[in-house]
Amino acid sequence: MATVWIPPLMRSLTQGQEKVEVPGETVLALIQAIDGRYPGFAARVLQDGELKPGLSVAVDGVVSPKGVRERVRADSEVHIVPAMSGGESALG
Amino acid sequence: MMGANPKLDPIRGEGSGNGSRPQPSYKVIGTRPIRPDGVDKVTGRALYGADVRFPDLLHGKVLRSPHARARIRSIDTSQAEALPGVKAVVTGADLPTAEDRFEDLGEGGINLRYLSENVLAHGRVLYHGHPVAAVAAVSPHIAEEALSLIQVDYEVLPPVMTLEEAMAEDAPILLEELRTDEMGERGNRPTNVAAHFRYELGNVEEGFAQADLVVEREFRTQTVHQGYIEPQMATALYDQDGQITIWTSTQGSFSVRSQVAEILQIPVSRIRVVPMEIGGGFGGKITVYLEPVAVLLSRKAGYRPVKLVMSRAEVLMATGPTSGSRIRMKMGATRDGRIVAAEAELVYEAGAFPGSPVGSGAVVLLAPYNIPNVRIDGYDVVVNRPRASAYRAPGGTNAAFASESVVDELARKLGLDPLEFRLKNGAKEGDRMANGLPHPKIGYLETVEAIRNSEHYNAPLEGRGRGRGRGVASGYWGNWGGKSSATAVLNADGTVTLNEASTDIGGTRASIAMQFAESLGIPYEKVKIRVVDTDCVSYNDVTGGSRTTFGTGLAAYELGQKMKAAMIQRLADIWGVSPEEVVYEEMVFSAGENRVTFDEAAKLIERRSTPVMVEAEVYGKKYGPAFSTQCVDVEVDVETGKVTILRYTIAQDAGKAIHPAYVEGQMQGGVAQGVGWALNEEYVYDREGHLLNASLLDYRMPTALDLPMIETLIVEVPNPGHPYGVRGVGEVNIVPPAAALANAIYDAIGVRMTELPMNPARLLEAILAKQAQESTQPA
Amino acid sequence: MPERKKRMITTTINGEEITFLCEPRQTLLEVLRDELGLTGSKEGCGNGNCGACNVLLDGVLVNACLVLAPEVEGRELVTIEGIAPGGELTLLQQKFLEHAALQCGICTPGFIVAAKALLDENPSPTEHDVRLWLAGNLCRCTGYDKIVRAVLDTAAALQAAQTTPTEVA
Repeated sequence: MATVWIPPLMRSLTQGQEKVEVPGETVLALIQAIDGRYPGFAARVLQDGELKPGLSVAVDGVVSPKGVRERVRADSEVHIVPAMSGGESALG
Repeated sequence: MMGANPKLDPIRGEGSGNGSRPQPSYKVIGTRPIRPDGVDKVTGRALYGADVRFPDLLHGKVLRSPHARARIRSIDTSQAEALPGVKAVVTGADLPTAEDRFEDLGEGGINLRYLSENVLAHGRVLYHGHPVAAVAAVSPHIAEEALSLIQVDYEVLPPVMTLEEAMAEDAPILLEELRTDEMGERGNRPTNVAAHFRYELGNVEEGFAQADLVVEREFRTQTVHQGYIEPQMATALYDQDGQITIWTSTQGSFSVRSQVAEILQIPVSRIRVVPMEIGGGFGGKITVYLEPVAVLLSRKAGYRPVKLVMSRAEVLMATGPTSGSRIRMKMGATRDGRIVAAEAELVYEAGAFPGSPVGSGAVVLLAPYNIPNVRIDGYDVVVNRPRASAYRAPGGTNAAFASESVVDELARKLGLDPLEFRLKNGAKEGDRMANGLPHPKIGYLETVEAIRNSEHYNAPLEGRGRGRGRGVASGYWGNWGGKSSATAVLNADGTVTLNEASTDIGGTRASIAMQFAESLGIPYEKVKIRVVDTDCVSYNDVTGGSRTTFGTGLAAYELGQKMKAAMIQRLADIWGVSPEEVVYEEMVFSAGENRVTFDEAAKLIERRSTPVMVEAEVYGKKYGPAFSTQCVDVEVDVETGKVTILRYTIAQDAGKAIHPAYVEGQMQGGVAQGVGWALNEEYVYDREGHLLNASLLDYRMPTALDLPMIETLIVEVPNPGHPYGVRGVGEVNIVPPAAALANAIYDAIGVRMTELPMNPARLLEAILAKQAQESTQPA
Repeated sequence: MPERKKRMITTTINGEEITFLCEPRQTLLEVLRDELGLTGSKEGCGNGNCGACNVLLDGVLVNACLVLAPEVEGRELVTIEGIAPGGELTLLQQKFLEHAALQCGICTPGFIVAAKALLDENPSPTEHDVRLWLAGNLCRCTGYDKIVRAVLDTAAALQAAQTTPTEVA
């Protein structure tokens, strides 16, 4: 199961959990799985089926232009971070 | 020492301070050939944006708001339109209503509505210099006269110029529709705080409880500008058949095309952007200012080309700059020198519209260190200043000024050498940054060691502590990969033409051609490289974010491999053998008794086979971050507050220096800008929000007299994500200088500066305050 | 109503006699670039602070943005386009290329004209002499290091060529 790191300002939605392990083959599937456990999470993160502007996602340390369509492995680490200037995202 | 720079061998490493191992030997990479556009640039023949000329050219000028904040009641352009020689006048009313949608520009994003509003105001002006109208006329002088005939009725409002004013309880609200965005959650109160985010690792309260020593300080930086010597300009022709051509100096011709398409709501297929040579960008020539205006004027003036060029005052008033900021930094360490906790609040000016680089600043802040307990809050705040634009490692210099000053103070109070302190806490591959992401393979420790082992750091400094001092600081920049596409054409004479679309700000034609040559196994001199317009290749991300040598280099590498394969395939076909039988070595193709040189192969293929043209489209995912550690010696004149830089050394991990001279150039250039940011540069506004120093006399950038030679130590910890190990080199170098200088000043006179710029006035004030304090203490 | 009647000005530019029409309010820089097509001199600031428009007026280094076009009547101008007589690159220009003393190149014409003026006056400048002389030319890309090295290297090479009893380079 992939591990999704929950940003500090969203942990109120996941009952304080910093990391959530969920099954799924894409980032979108993971988000939906988290939403199943913690309703409201998907609405916080998604807009029209994509990540909200201002948010970025990294799978195993790499940001992909596919966004939520990026595929994940069973042991993948997924981070949701602010999308920033000076390059792709706050990952630098 | 006169003449050539002692060409120090790059310091090679494996990462995590493990020393060196044998590197592959390259034929082209690592050499220092003359850049292909060099002759044109030393003879004045190279054509930059303002150099375009057409027989029926019209000249445009922009009318700008004299107020920092106002409502526009009405605009009357009739008198201007009636002036002989004026061919068109436009205002915000000529722009289509923009969508309320976020657009990624490739170096930061912007809401399209705000991007459009920043091009020509709609109903409100938000900074001194905000464009309100524009004129096209037969001469620039007539265009300027026409500006004075445009009547704008303003309702002037009190401006909000500082972070404190903007965040106060009763602050005037600059953008009525703005609500705070907190990682996807939208606030419900009108506000000037556009965004808030937080990074958190571990537990800072527990962490600080473990600390034997805690240092907490508040730092301030001022608004500064990229300071490129070439002002913005744009020339546009809107043809009778609806085709639009734009000639401009830009870091991203495809980004310009997208922005113009969005703002004017015209399909990209009708827009061709021709990139001219560019006179500096540093991040500031990505957002469009003049291009859409030029297009509008061209159409309205009867489909004639219109050229708009900004004056220096306009550049300073209304483009860029980067954010001023307030940063509170708290760090705790144990007695034996381990940093156990760090907490920070970063508040950055966005300018008139949201989008400061506070997020990347928050990542840079602690990236060089492995700290288990961290909390960082970041705020993006609007004020009545021009909208912040990317400036070389956006947000990074501000952050490192704070964190590297506190690291220095911690080290001193613990009695530890500042480099040893960094080595003890320095990040390695796998260590997590504040945003939770682990570092890939990095060379931070190597840069610290490079300084520690350097001649500079080990040289005695006479008068140290009595007016002279030495300081060190480190910095990080994540870099970027992005999209590149390019083609290569084999010519019958054995040369190759490479068509790519990364505008060349600092010598990338050479580094891209070199990677192609290395990949194909031919000499650099056989590559003819061209920067082409947006009709010729598919999408290319901007030349920025330290991506070009990495990303377009990846495309070049792929092109080399593909061309080799294509030539082998053609020769196999001509010779009647299978491609596997064809061997290519040392510029010779052979299969059994068949044998041709590279040049002969090219000729043979042209005569006997189908032409060879290959393409590559890449998205560079594994770009590899960069680190830099720097050391500076200063002399402080305690009577005037003037700081003289005696000696400067920069160490930087380049992964692999494709063309060492241009890598050195990037290192030195970033240092110079950092020095200006640290010691002199700032925007000065009056109470009504007017920019007082919109000229290069009073916006004081470093001259040749302000700097010594800048010694460069290229460290090479190869990036596994690139065939030659390349890491972006353009930006990280500007991150440490402000802190290095602050630390050197402390070393020299015992005064800890927490505000930039550390100009003579501020320094003198601090010196006098310290003297006054010392004189009141018991003997 | 500002005076718009154009004046006819005759001057020598890069060794050739040129006649042009200009309004009195036009600067030399504007005329060079917009009327005469000599776009090698650049406008960086328009008020004499960056040196990108450096030209030699009767052998004296000036900012073309601070000279009004009518002022050059009967005088001799050298612009970046005229630095290389007969088109062959001068040693100074070659050294700029070898030392990678340019990145974006926008300030380079100004620096080359200014450096030529320096070496004409002082063939053996010290590093400080070079920095002081070139303080009127702003560069934002290079940090000046390689520019100063290129000028010093040029001076050294010219001195060596003079003292070597072999054919001139």
